Amino acid sequence: MKVFDVYRLRKSLLRFFRSHPAFRIGAALSPSAFWLLIFTLIPMGIVVYYSFLTRGPWGTVLHEFTLDSYRLILDPLFLKIFARSLKLAVLTVAICLLAGYMIAYWIAFYGGKRKNFLMFLVILPFWTSYLVRIYAWIALLSDHGLVNNFLVKFHLIDLPLPLLHNEFSVLVGLVYTYLPFMILPLYASLERLDRSVLEAASDLGATARERFFRITLPLTKGGMLSGSVLVFTPAIGEYLIPELLGGAKAMMIGKFIALKFLGLRHWPLGSAYSLLLLAMTLLLLYIYMRVGGGKDAFQEQR
Amino acid sequence: MNQTSPRLLSIGCVLLFVFMYAPLLVVIVFSLTPTEYGVSWEGFTLKWYQAVFDNKNIQAALKVSLMVAIPCVLISTAIGTITALTLYRSRFIGRALFQGVLYIPLLMPDLVIGISLLLFYSSLKLELGILTILMAHISFTIPLTTLVIIARMQRIDRTLEDAAMDLGADEWTTMRKVTLPLLKPGILAAALLAFPWSFNDFVITFFVSGVGSSTLPIRVYSMIRLGVSPMINALGTLIVVIPLILVVFGLLLERRRV
Repeated sequence: MKVFDVYRLRKSLLRFFRSHPAFRIGAALSPSAFWLLIFTLIPMGIVVYYSFLTRGPWGTVLHEFTLDSYRLILDPLFLKIFARSLKLAVLTVAICLLAGYMIAYWIAFYGGKRKNFLMFLVILPFWTSYLVRIYAWIALLSDHGLVNNFLVKFHLIDLPLPLLHNEFSVLVGLVYTYLPFMILPLYASLERLDRSVLEAASDLGATARERFFRITLPLTKGGMLSGSVLVFTPAIGEYLIPELLGGAKAMMIGKFIALKFLGLRHWPLGSAYSLLLLAMTLLLLYIYMRVGGGKDAFQEQR
Repeated sequence: MNQTSPRLLSIGCVLLFVFMYAPLLVVIVFSLTPTEYGVSWEGFTLKWYQAVFDNKNIQAALKVSLMVAIPCVLISTAIGTITALTLYRSRFIGRALFQGVLYIPLLMPDLVIGISLLLFYSSLKLELGILTILMAHISFTIPLTTLVIIARMQRIDRTLEDAAMDLGADEWTTMRKVTLPLLKPGILAAALLAFPWSFNDFVITFFVSGVGSSTLPIRVYSMIRLGVSPMINALGTLIVVIPLILVVFGLLLERRRV
């Protein structure tokens, strides 16, 4: 006699799950639900809790309720850094929109057989080390970097240009890092665009310029919106790019928060600022889902 | 419509591709030259690679990175597969909420994830180390593996499974003999794409790694902080090129027709 019959056990388990679908779904989703709860939701709750605590001496935290951290959001220094982050993120979106539209349009309309390969090239850098790619810009832009060495060698300038550690280098890093996020949704919406509409407009006498501004551009608004949200969200909270490419003059919120946490160990204040950043991100995504969302690709349509 | 692209647009796009690839090429080229960012060509050398391979700190960091990335990929691919199967096929109350929560790690700024985990670990008085990094990495790779596998599910034919069930296979057999083989490229793609996410992650790891548990990106970061040495170019090239081989396979598998 078998002590442990795997086959019978399996059969009765399947019968149980067949008659109790809720248990089946619950059992299958429990590992990811567990992980999301423990390592995403609870830590977020702890950030909320810390943001109401009082800072003690020498970087300790006293468990006394206060709203001080939230009052410090109106600190002029923080507001200045916030405004700069906003400015850099908006500029990044604007440049990515322009550059991304060019590339997406080029690939979608003139890519021919190489379309998939070109899109492959667009997303490939995204999968490589983000740290190394940002480091590469130090190699390019520093006083003894490639660009300055090149310009000095060919006597175009006498002294190296200050290309690194300012808002310019941060902006370059942001555009470079997040451009693929803009190209992907733009390309998708340009690919979906019904070419017969353009042909009809052409037959009715519309010029190339009219076709672009009155048909292509309005019909790809969805892609432009998705791309802008996908670029703006990580850009405003960026930590590493201002850390490596920006200096004290190009401080952004992300770096400021990290400084509060790691340098000054002011955890309650760092938590309050992080929540502000998170709230802004979620609000934007909510607006985006309301405006652009709709179709549920996660559910099988039968 | 005319198929020849306007010259100005083509030139602009080629320049943008140069912008996208120049930094990586610079790192690769200067990993092979003896001088730092010299404009003229001064010969070819592998001494920086030699220095990378001889460096004990880098060896230790590589070991930590792999000890995190490999279990992370296995666990998050397994969890991602069952999550994707259930989420795509079932209707239940709270499904939209579950999906929204699943999106959070993808959309939250990395900095906020890192800080929240740091506070979480320190509240539990957990010592920061390989295990804390692994837990963090699994939590942000699960959404990725789930999404990649769902994308694959959208392209497999449900009627094949229905046929198997009609022919008398139970759910278990159908899953093993029909669904999983059909999903295999998607599962493999998810694993190959999750690897660089874990292996390359810097910001989150920076907050949850302890003194003795630097991953490779953390090691590279401290080398950059200490001053730029050409050795970083060699190390950077290795970090970029080796995972890229996996990614290329992963992306090709993901795109392959059913």
